[in-house]
Amino acid sequence: MIIAIEITYLISSILFILGIKYLGSPKTARKGNLYAAIGMFLAIAATLLDQQVLTFEWIIIGGLIGSIAGLIMAYKTPMTGMPQMVGMLNGFGGGASTLVALSEYFKKNPNYPVDTGMPFNLPVNEGVAIILSLLIGGITFTGSMIAFGKLQGLVTGKVVKYPLQHPLNALLVLFVLGAGGYVVMFPSMMALVLVITAVSLILGVLLVLPIGGADMPVAISLLNSYSGIAGSMTGFVLGNNELIIAGALVGASGIILTNIMCKAMNRSLMNVVLGGWANAGSASTTSSTTSPKGDVKSIDAEELAMLLDSVSSVIVVPGYGMAVGQAQHAVRDLVNLLEKKGVKVRFAIHPVAGRMPGHMNVLLAEAQVPYDKLYAMEDINDDFNNTDVVIVIGANDVVNPAARHDQSSPIFGMPILNVDYAKTVIINKRSMSAGYAGIDNELFFYPNALMYFGDSKDAMTKLVNEIKNL
Amino acid sequence: MEEYLFLMQVYVFALAIFVGFELITKVPPTLHTPLMSGSNAISGITIVGAILSAGLEQFTISTILGLIAVAFAMINVVGGFLVTDRMLKMFKKK
Repeated sequence: MIIAIEITYLISSILFILGIKYLGSPKTARKGNLYAAIGMFLAIAATLLDQQVLTFEWIIIGGLIGSIAGLIMAYKTPMTGMPQMVGMLNGFGGGASTLVALSEYFKKNPNYPVDTGMPFNLPVNEGVAIILSLLIGGITFTGSMIAFGKLQGLVTGKVVKYPLQHPLNALLVLFVLGAGGYVVMFPSMMALVLVITAVSLILGVLLVLPIGGADMPVAISLLNSYSGIAGSMTGFVLGNNELIIAGALVGASGIILTNIMCKAMNRSLMNVVLGGWANAGSASTTSSTTSPKGDVKSIDAEELAMLLDSVSSVIVVPGYGMAVGQAQHAVRDLVNLLEKKGVKVRFAIHPVAGRMPGHMNVLLAEAQVPYDKLYAMEDINDDFNNTDVVIVIGANDVVNPAARHDQSSPIFGMPILNVDYAKTVIINKRSMSAGYAGIDNELFFYPNALMYFGDSKDAMTKLVNEIKNL
Repeated sequence: MEEYLFLMQVYVFALAIFVGFELITKVPPTLHTPLMSGSNAISGITIVGAILSAGLEQFTISTILGLIAVAFAMINVVGGFLVTDRMLKMFKKK
């Protein structure tokens, strides 16, 4: 029986790996997700046959509660809310790791719940794994809940600074490691295990609270990685290879995405984690005197429709403002209309266009924009030179040329979409206000730039109607 | 023997991280959100440990912790896989 269960775990691990492999292409991605789901089903089925499992009512109750909650979340969450949902899921993953580690600790303790007077011998590797599960899982749980709150607007999206922030956090981490070492040597210190759990939970709050709303894509990716590593640590506690493998896959995934997000914002991970953009925000207010001035030209829907009637190539640059304004369906109509006229239309997606990695692609997919029209920054940035019109909708910092040349700008060095190289740049915005980073955009003053003011949805709908009336 | 088993686990962990890096660097940016929700579902594998705790013969603190852990992990599993499928369904080529 044990052999059969172990072999099922092996098959399940292989299905996870295949699943992630197939997630590498939009054509096979659904199949990949299904493979991973089958792998999970097999793992759960095998575990239910384990000889340790003797009562099923608690498993069924917990499983039902979780399934119903998961089902509701999966179908009720709008696509704009995906970062919150993923943040929440990270949290539950980390929470589960903490709970399992704690539960294993009590299970292994021979003097709980009845004092048998037997010595509590915990192998060092298991003790270390329990402590690390508690630490990483705890941070992931509360950290993700704060991240969820920030994205949902329940917790302030601002960079929160509190006195002695860094020394305090460093002290708490050192405390957990020190106390953890003590527990590994003297495993019967039950109270200390609970204190370690509590401090880890507090650490999650303290570490994520200072991270600003604009940096949430990084925080979510990092917490995703933590949830995987916590799962691996739980695998070490249980001596289960599948947990170790699955956790490592997720951990690697989170680290890669974190890295991509950091590069896209030209920030170091340290800088994000320590809540660095606060300084940039204050710098921008003082540098506003040197902000670009000049004439801003604007264009109305009718003129824009005529302009678009005579072009052959268009690149649309969507930003999160487009999604907030729910303009993606109107944008799709615009694109279809232009394509009917024989215009080549593509989308240029900056890595931080949404609120999490790949978010904008999902939002456009929901609006039935085919994914082969969406181009990543590095694949399209050389094409702006020979493009007639670029339409920027609800994006700002990611198209600010100051990032290329203005060393005093807080976004200097951040990779941007070179929209200013196109013959004409249309910028749809509600007003001239600054972007997420709180800085003015010199692009608006460029000779080839035309502002198309208005709410993104209204503006795009109006434009579609004008083109139809031509 | 104990040390040997532990070493084998570290072995598996190290190799799995490399497999993860190899596979995930190949995922295009278009699929990064489904990748995250899908990998979230996979990290729900902690359910294995949760079941082992919640299914104990005697009802102790471990059972309660296991019960909550089963619920948490199941949210990850069900929510993660379903929302990923919901997203991937929308990805269409022209």
